[in-house]
Amino acid sequence: MTTTSRRDVVITGIGIASSLGEGVETHAAALTAGGPPAVDTESFKPYPVHPIAALELDKQIPKKSDQRQMEPWQRLGVYSAGLALDSAGLKEDAEARSALQVIVAAGGGERDHAVDSAILTGLRGANEPGAFLNERLMGDLRPTLFLAQLSNLLAGNIGIVHGITGPSRTFMGEEQAGVDAIRTAQARIASGQSDLMLVGGAYSAERRDMLLLLELGGYLRHGTFAPVFTRDDEPGLITGSAGAFLVLESAEGAAARGAKVYAKLKAAGAARSRRTPGSVESALTKLVQGFGSVGPDAMAVSAATGCAGITAEEAAALKTAAPSARRIAAGDLVGHGLEAAFPVSVALAAIALATGQAKEAIVTGAGHWRGEGAAHLVQA
Amino acid sequence: MSKHRDAKGRPLVAVTGLGVVTSLGQGKDANWQALTAGKSGIHRIDRFPTEGLRTSIGGTVDFLFDGAFTAPQLSEKLATLAAEEAVAQSGIGADGDFPGELFMAVPPVEMEWPQKQEIAATIEGEVDYDGLLRAAATGKFRPMHELFVFGGVADHIADRFGTKGSPISLSTACSSGATAIQMGVEAIRRGETEAALCIGTDGSIHAEALIRFSLLSALSTQNDPPEGAAKPFSKNRDGFVMGEGAGALVLEDYDHALARGATILGIVAGCGERGDGFHRTRSSPDGKPAILAMQDALADAGLTPDDVDYINAHGTSTPENDKMEAMSCSAVFGERMAKLPISSNKSMIGHTLTAAGAVEAVISFLTIANGTIPPTINYNNPDPALAIDVVPNEARKAKVRTVLSNSFGFGGQNTCLVLTAPPEAA
Repeated sequence: MTTTSRRDVVITGIGIASSLGEGVETHAAALTAGGPPAVDTESFKPYPVHPIAALELDKQIPKKSDQRQMEPWQRLGVYSAGLALDSAGLKEDAEARSALQVIVAAGGGERDHAVDSAILTGLRGANEPGAFLNERLMGDLRPTLFLAQLSNLLAGNIGIVHGITGPSRTFMGEEQAGVDAIRTAQARIASGQSDLMLVGGAYSAERRDMLLLLELGGYLRHGTFAPVFTRDDEPGLITGSAGAFLVLESAEGAAARGAKVYAKLKAAGAARSRRTPGSVESALTKLVQGFGSVGPDAMAVSAATGCAGITAEEAAALKTAAPSARRIAAGDLVGHGLEAAFPVSVALAAIALATGQAKEAIVTGAGHWRGEGAAHLVQA
Repeated sequence: MSKHRDAKGRPLVAVTGLGVVTSLGQGKDANWQALTAGKSGIHRIDRFPTEGLRTSIGGTVDFLFDGAFTAPQLSEKLATLAAEEAVAQSGIGADGDFPGELFMAVPPVEMEWPQKQEIAATIEGEVDYDGLLRAAATGKFRPMHELFVFGGVADHIADRFGTKGSPISLSTACSSGATAIQMGVEAIRRGETEAALCIGTDGSIHAEALIRFSLLSALSTQNDPPEGAAKPFSKNRDGFVMGEGAGALVLEDYDHALARGATILGIVAGCGERGDGFHRTRSSPDGKPAILAMQDALADAGLTPDDVDYINAHGTSTPENDKMEAMSCSAVFGERMAKLPISSNKSMIGHTLTAAGAVEAVISFLTIANGTIPPTINYNNPDPALAIDVVPNEARKAKVRTVLSNSFGFGGQNTCLVLTAPPEAA
């Protein structure tokens, strides 16, 4: 299921914030140097994470009252979205911005860990557990916490903070939400259903509730950092806080408003293999081969997880379908950001093209438990 | 074969299958009978203790499981039943081999208390997340991961029905079900797929979900009698009542449906959506985004307000929504609004949240097919500020060819669908 362009789709805005910092230049330098990553192995021991760099939130979210209404993943998303709008010159262009439509790949917001822990402890001795739970939740949950947890409220906050009145859609479903967000945005513009889109996602890795969900399935690496493709000693995810948003528009639209074009997003595709040995390799190979032959001076940015089996399969797929491409694992630079992982990788690819590090880029990703995706970018 | 196109040169999007489950029952027949009889599915909640809660009622679906279950399990079951009904009616593909993509509105899920308690039971001393993590690392609770990932429900539905491609799990809050339909329409119009299975499902009434809405003062607290609590457009409306259910639609390129001799149940003629940057939970008081979403949907369908025979209201029974919606409709339909029927299914089934847009689209097509408009029940105390015809308390016979179905949600989500009868001459 690959959509090919009927209208050319270009990237005219890139907003990225991660453990390395923010913006195109910081991440261009990291792509050139290949690291080193910023990793915290202590705070969530035994789980290494890439913590978000210090951000001046006021620069993108001027009102403290807005900042307070959000959890870290929402702030990171709203911040990155603001960077993308700035880089696309849309903050000052109210007319263009009024046509903007939004697709966000999102998970959910952070639990109140202290409240949860106290309730779980109390429930063990409670005579009437149901009544106890009701009483504690009624008394201890902040009313606004729900809004900071709701998946679609990242998009809602982007609308409120950045003054976007176009429609938004929120995709859920871990890594594949990010793939489908990019794929759908590209297809909408290519087909003429939309002219201008803001698409991306954000993930906060510094939270034990998400570590818990991933650890339940046995998907996390313990101990120290190791590069994504060489984690055979202890395969698994090292999650990273990151947000990435892209402004996509039709080539004609970009030209008409004199926007700077970072790269052309030629195609994006997604698959859902029923996971059996070899299925990820086969799905990704097919997706990338669907883009046509990959030329010299190509880069392959992989959103691979580092999880057992599927990471080696992704490497094998790239070797078959894009043998000459220089391979970069986004996880080696900024960690893995679930819903944000694919948007981050597409952003990195666009940065590589915009800064002349490659002429063409392939992006691949296989979700930690489900879903495969790929994208094809070329220099503008 | 001739190619049918809409006024904008796009493929027509036909509906060839419909399925629904709500607190009123399973299937179109059971629901239609209850809806046209003005019956309420709202009752006292006995799924969990409601002691100490301001709201103790809901439209829970209690007839599908014998033992305990989680929100994703109930949501999946509801979706499966609705989709089985829709796919069977459409006669498309073979069982487990649906020839098109899946677009699913699913409630945002997360680990629930019974599962956290199960893990906590293995911990000595005070419970904290580090303890839960150590217990998780034993690998003893592995199935909980797949149960609580956001993409789980849609993945299982994709497996069950054999849909093609990458399934979409989406949320636009209370307009999610309508967005799932809209995404199916767009994919067919792009020519990416000839058929789409569009589902909205929500089986997420548990204590914390109810408390969250309660803390936002969004729910009716008039618990007695339960069936009287949801009273959209009434003067004494005081909040919505949570409901559960699922709606499923098989959408199909009209020519594809004709070629295989399918019965065309109707057309999704137009979609409109607008964001509202006003507030996280409240709509712009001037109703501008809702007005524009309705106008966009009509324009997308190539129709005018005069073509609409009936409005299937969002009609949540909250003081704000119903006022904003009635005013917005008056702005779009002008003086005609005084006699244009508008009713709220939520008066009987409650607000099925993520599922609502899909459930109400299914009911809208039943309204067209049967020539009967389900009423707004509990309309005993009209709000004099809202001069509209809510089809009070009793179903009404009417020729309905075109329905506007509204969905408005938290986070500034406004989605409107224009649903029409099958073309008279194919």
